[in-house]
Amino acid sequence: MNFPAIRAIYKYEMARFFRTLMESLLSPVISTSLYFVVFGAAIGSRISEVDGVSYGAFIVPGLIMLSVMTQAISNASFGIYFPKFIDTIFEIMSAPINFFEIVIGYVGAAATKALLIGIVILATAQFFVDIEIQHPVAMLTFLVLTCLSFSLFGFIIGIWAENFQQLQLIPLLVITPLVFLGGSFYSISMLPPAWQTISLFNPIVYLMSGFRWSFFGQADVSVGFSLMAIAFFTAICLGVIWWIFKTGYRIKP
Amino acid sequence: MPPIVKVENLQKTYAGGFAALKGVSLEIEEGEIIALLGPNGAGKTTLISTLCGITAPTGGRAEVGGHDIITGYRKARAMIGLVPQEIALEPFEKVINTVKFSRGLFGKERDDALIERVLRQFSLWDKRNARIRELSGGMKRRVLIAKALCHEPRVLFLDEPTAGVDVELRRDMWQIVDGLRKSGVTIILTTHYIEEAEAIADRIAVISKGEILLVEDKAALMARMGHKTLRIDLRDPVDAVPDALADYDLELSEDRHSLTYHYDTRGEGTGITRLLQALAAEGLGLRDIQTTQSSLEEIFVGMIQEGAA
Repeated sequence: MNFPAIRAIYKYEMARFFRTLMESLLSPVISTSLYFVVFGAAIGSRISEVDGVSYGAFIVPGLIMLSVMTQAISNASFGIYFPKFIDTIFEIMSAPINFFEIVIGYVGAAATKALLIGIVILATAQFFVDIEIQHPVAMLTFLVLTCLSFSLFGFIIGIWAENFQQLQLIPLLVITPLVFLGGSFYSISMLPPAWQTISLFNPIVYLMSGFRWSFFGQADVSVGFSLMAIAFFTAICLGVIWWIFKTGYRIKP
Repeated sequence: MPPIVKVENLQKTYAGGFAALKGVSLEIEEGEIIALLGPNGAGKTTLISTLCGITAPTGGRAEVGGHDIITGYRKARAMIGLVPQEIALEPFEKVINTVKFSRGLFGKERDDALIERVLRQFSLWDKRNARIRELSGGMKRRVLIAKALCHEPRVLFLDEPTAGVDVELRRDMWQIVDGLRKSGVTIILTTHYIEEAEAIADRIAVISKGEILLVEDKAALMARMGHKTLRIDLRDPVDAVPDALADYDLELSEDRHSLTYHYDTRGEGTGITRLLQALAAEGLGLRDIQTTQSSLEEIFVGMIQEGAA
């Protein structure tokens, strides 16, 4: 293993994050606060409890997930797309490192950033509602796995994208709808039966369900199923990345 | 001593069907400066990119320091420093951070003293905390070289180091290369400026359309291919080349004041002695004579045309 290389990539990527620390942290904090004002206070006050939890508290896991997924994808995709865009990727490709080390560096940094943002949002939420986390270890596990798997997914998008529009395309067209329809702000048991069935094809439902269970002890689907779903998603992303480096897809002519 | 870079029948055909390298073989000795000379699109950059791992070869093999570039890529690439043709640097990063990043990327532990030495060598130490975008074009090129050297490579690839730079900066770059030669680094540079190959290389490989046409010591190449011309300025103008001198294929200048004679230094005799004697016999007085050697440029253009024919 080329540990100095992994460290170099990780540090370099984290430096970018800290260089723009205000922007990096401020925007999720502000948007979270806005969600609380709108959903928690304005609309939430007219909604009775969901599964025995006040609506304000109920949406906290969803808000964290929404930000963490979006941030993980955008950080990881930008992290690898930018060197491609400004041609500095040549240095990575000519270095004595393998694909696994490159991925650990880039994805590790992107996942760390997303995790930090998730924690900041959780802390921000404490100002608005009282939250008790029933299964802290499970909560952290789900959070870390989500950061990792969506960073892997973002990495793939970054390699695939050939311009900035494409970089935004997948998060906008695929992820945002899936997250909103994935039970971030409601329990899928609130849906009519037909829509409940359709929802089960949305992978994010499993993530949301497991993550919310770690907070409130209630889940739409079983926790084991949630873990399997995220493991499956991670494995697919890893497989695609392995294929990318094996074939040199869009990085090695 | 085994060659430090060994290329055997290396081929690269791009997905579109374009054959950029059609079986290139080349051996490079440690410590030498070799220039890959060829026109744009000859395959120079493809050759370098393939050796460095940026492009995957489609045939043949290559070794750097005895390590295969595919199966032993870690050891091979750790020995290589690459300075790309285009300035590719992250504009918002500090000089020192980008250099440190390169060192780490190539698997070397942190060494602040070495980084300082490299930055000082390229007059970048005072600019170490400047952002890349604040630097001039010349400074950016120095940063690229510093990045390539900070992991102590034994082989340095310079891809068109002076393409698009002004004359002063070019001289500057030549001095840098000369300094590197003294440090024992093997240098492979690509260029389409013959002047550049002539000024700094020990050996020259002429490459055209994905093939190496020849590899030779610069001096030997110049001598072997060297056509010379002798210009004879006459004291009094003549109306035509005298019949007695017809065998020499002389050219008379427009002002009828000078004669030009072409000869080949490779030949048994140059014919100069006989020519001068013949001139004297014709009663032509000489005011001056001068010889000029054909430049690499002329040799090169001649070869490319021969290759095309």
